[in-house]
Amino acid sequence: MSTMQAPLRAEYERALEPFTAQPLSQALPWHRRLWELGWLRKGALLIVLALIWEIAARVQDNDLLLPTFMATARAFVDAIVDGELPGKAVVSLSVLLQGYAAGIVLAFVLTTLAVSTRIGRDLLETLTAMFNPLPAIALLPLALLWFGLGSKSLIFVLVHAVLWPLALNTYAGFRGVPETLRMAGRNYGLRGLRYVVLILVPAALPAIVSGLKIGWAFAWRTLIAAELVFGASSGKGGLGWYIFQNRNELYTDRVFAGLATVILIGLAVEGLVFTTLERLTVRRWGVQH
Amino acid sequence: MADGNHGGAHLRVVSHPQPLLQVDEVSLEYRTPQRVVRATHRVSFDVHAADRFVLLGPSGCGKSTLLKAVAGFVTPAEGQIRLEGQRVDAPGPDRIVVFQEFDQLPPWKTVKQNVMFPLRHARGLSKAEAADVALHFLDKVGLSAFADAYPHTLSGGMKQRVAIARALAMRPKVLLMDEPFAALDALTRRRMQEELLALWEDAAFTLLFVTHSIEEALVVGSRILLLSPHPGRVRAELNSHQYSLASQGSADFQAAAQRIHQMLFEQPADGVLAATETDAAHAPQPTVHAAGQRS
Repeated sequence: MSTMQAPLRAEYERALEPFTAQPLSQALPWHRRLWELGWLRKGALLIVLALIWEIAARVQDNDLLLPTFMATARAFVDAIVDGELPGKAVVSLSVLLQGYAAGIVLAFVLTTLAVSTRIGRDLLETLTAMFNPLPAIALLPLALLWFGLGSKSLIFVLVHAVLWPLALNTYAGFRGVPETLRMAGRNYGLRGLRYVVLILVPAALPAIVSGLKIGWAFAWRTLIAAELVFGASSGKGGLGWYIFQNRNELYTDRVFAGLATVILIGLAVEGLVFTTLERLTVRRWGVQH
Repeated sequence: MADGNHGGAHLRVVSHPQPLLQVDEVSLEYRTPQRVVRATHRVSFDVHAADRFVLLGPSGCGKSTLLKAVAGFVTPAEGQIRLEGQRVDAPGPDRIVVFQEFDQLPPWKTVKQNVMFPLRHARGLSKAEAADVALHFLDKVGLSAFADAYPHTLSGGMKQRVAIARALAMRPKVLLMDEPFAALDALTRRRMQEELLALWEDAAFTLLFVTHSIEEALVVGSRILLLSPHPGRVRAELNSHQYSLASQGSADFQAAAQRIHQMLFEQPADGVLAATETDAAHAPQPTVHAAGQRS
């Protein structure tokens, strides 16, 4: 068929000297190295956004609708210095952490049941299908009826906000654990709670961390919204109450300062807590990049 | 002679007439939503202390399922498996498995912690004791320098070495290996076989080894159980203690490999009569024909 033949060529062999023609690796120039720093890139973006805000506010020229960035910053610093904002933030955060912790514990119990028994799995699937789409804030009127005004009602809706997304993520993570790893764990005679804690939880940690992040964001939103709704009658309000009150008194710059605090706390938790958690665990283990 | 090298193993077998592991008329089945499939049919074999017992067969002969049944992950549909006379009914640390897949190592533990993990949680050793034992066995597989590395930074061969060190450190009654070198490149596989045999020379543990490679079976095993496919039934039990990596090129070794190949890929003995009638035309080259089909 094919009569074409590649030409026959002479063989050759080379003695290789050690490679010295150029260094094997070179450092990047300084500006490229700076640009590799994530916080620097994000910081630059924030400065640009603040500039746009300042310009838009000056063009608008109405402090009541949109105070300038500088005015907001001043109101923010004032409120920090006189201790009002930190106090409100502490009130909000303490309620938030209680609800968050309770939600995590319940999610752990539910998912442990779900991986141990079939009826537990059915329970988890049914409950998450029912409650996950239900906005937590929609339960607030009911919670107020049951638990009265105060932090109990808030914790109830917070648990609702955290529990379902976290349980859903954790359960998906558990189911994604490789069969070989499961067998290795059972090979050592691990069963029940020890099996879940020693094998499933660490193996599913990427999914669990992402569930914790989603749960945190949901809880934070729900809390501020809930405080806005019933802050007016609560004895000592949190950040939502601070925003609501200052809006009523038309201190728009303080409203913005309150919002900025909400955002800053969110950023700080994301940037410090979750990033550190990921760096120490899933990235270090090479299961997430 | 190569025979002389393994004389010790021979003597050990003779001095322990009671087998360590008995697989007695075991049939295994697995379920799909529509049907029940028989993986092995009434397979029996005995493994004695210090055996390097190999389950060899083409894919679909149920050899891996058989190993998982010995490990306790799969319950036999009939027959029973006994370890030192005790019926096997659940996974346990007296039968440690080395799997083929690299994800058998928890990625959240360093190499040393991986070896310590079962020592701490199944054998209940203290942290210091477990660390000592772990370092000792990591040294045996040549990984002391990587004790604090995480598994994702290791090559495939190193990961399998960690799994072997972890299994040996537990001193199981029988070490189960499920095609442990099948996912490695040819050069690494050869080196791992060599190292496994060296470890065995060192400690003479009891090994149950699953493979689909005839050469690997001859090199690694001291006794080979041949299984036919669909469903797995015992075709033969052969001695292979006389072969090693060094004898791999020899005529003897080639002849043994050829013999096994023919036994595996020919029509089974009870089908010979039928085969002579229908497949007479293929008779001169049955091995080539079958090998092309199965691989």
